[in-house]
Amino acid sequence: MSGFIQRQRYLIDYTLAALARRPGKQVGLLLVYTLIVFLLASVMLFTQSLRREAALVLASSPEIILQRLVAGRHDLMPADYLDRIGRIRGVSAMRGRLWGYFYDPTTRANYTLMVPPQSSPQQGALAPGEIQIGAGIARTRGLEVGDVLSLRSARGEPYGFRISAILPQETELVSSDLMLLSERDFRGFFAIPDDRVTDIVLTVPNPREVRKVAEKLSLALPDTRPILREEILRTYDAVFGWRQGLVFVLLGGSVLAFVIFAWDRASGLSGEERREIGILKSVGWETGDVLRMKFWEGAILSLTAFLLGYLLAYAHVFYLSAGLFEPVLKGWSVLYPDFRPVPFVDGLQVATLFFFTVFPYTVATIVPIWRAAITDPDAVMR
Amino acid sequence: MAGASALLLLTALDARLRSHAAAGAIAERSGLVAALELTDLALFCEARYTRHPSQADLHSAFQDHPMALEHFPSGSLVPAPSPGRGLP
Repeated sequence: MSGFIQRQRYLIDYTLAALARRPGKQVGLLLVYTLIVFLLASVMLFTQSLRREAALVLASSPEIILQRLVAGRHDLMPADYLDRIGRIRGVSAMRGRLWGYFYDPTTRANYTLMVPPQSSPQQGALAPGEIQIGAGIARTRGLEVGDVLSLRSARGEPYGFRISAILPQETELVSSDLMLLSERDFRGFFAIPDDRVTDIVLTVPNPREVRKVAEKLSLALPDTRPILREEILRTYDAVFGWRQGLVFVLLGGSVLAFVIFAWDRASGLSGEERREIGILKSVGWETGDVLRMKFWEGAILSLTAFLLGYLLAYAHVFYLSAGLFEPVLKGWSVLYPDFRPVPFVDGLQVATLFFFTVFPYTVATIVPIWRAAITDPDAVMR
Repeated sequence: MAGASALLLLTALDARLRSHAAAGAIAERSGLVAALELTDLALFCEARYTRHPSQADLHSAFQDHPMALEHFPSGSLVPAPSPGRGLP
């Protein structure tokens, strides 16, 4: 066994020395190879991080949200729907939510205005005329606690809100554009009557009863649409899966170009390489040794590209907040949250990337070498 | 290459340490989601159906009028809803 390992070490030493003798030849291939791995790994790490974060954070979202649809569009819900729902087995609580959007022409950004539930700590801290805002709004408008934010209400009158608190920066991923205000201010600002709510939230402690409750709701109130927590989680899983797939498709062209380039480099032998094989065989190398040496050459090159590409991608996503992707993700969004992705790395994904980047190139180098190595050294050298 | 391999192993360690360190921040975000009954990430705030994809109408990307083209890059990346989505 130790003899086998020793033999491989000598072969690797020889391969490294051979690569070092003509570094320029492999540098171009290594650079392109590393770039391809970097791009694929960056997309993979970033979407995996967001997907996992969404799954963890949104696992606390409401079990069921009931929306009213009028002519196929979301509409305000009469508060008496709470009475019409009545008592459903498995539902421990239900309440109306008040929330909506406000377009601020000053910053050209959409804010999400929301009345915090009675049970939330934010509700107790809000006096009429006061608001709590997300860190994104504070940053974009240059606001601080104690400042007054003036907005135009639905009736066209200016509404002045005093900022009582800014939501913690750590929560920006879910609160960047939030503006929390009292129920009186919300209804006054949007001119929403007292007998209307935006939607209804239902608490169902037993997860196995959620679908049954949703069925009963659909029967009791046919003009409503229940949205389950599992659908919310599935939406995000699909959104990021789709996003990752789409970027991979866009990268497909360049990956294919690289595959052709690498295949051409790996499978075509130059005259110099043929001569080298001939000399090695004539000085006593066996065909197996030549194959092993070339296998190590392909493996060292592809492994180096994988390691460099993956390490650069890791640094790019988790230390530089995926700066290269930011313009695409931001889109038209003014209030893009300032957040650093948490490194949730999926070992299986990394293994898949490793397999599809290292294995094909290494195999591609073997076949032409085998062809050259089984021919007569004299014929190869000529 | 040995150095790069060691760095690769270090990234696994770094990922574990940083995700542990971020547990507090994630718990805080999760707490806010539970307290305010939030449903979506505030990643794409440019339109209501990109801000709250889980709450949007089923064909929200084309809701303005039947011939409306998609306005936003992030909106065009959200997939078409599967037939099973919607009413349970």
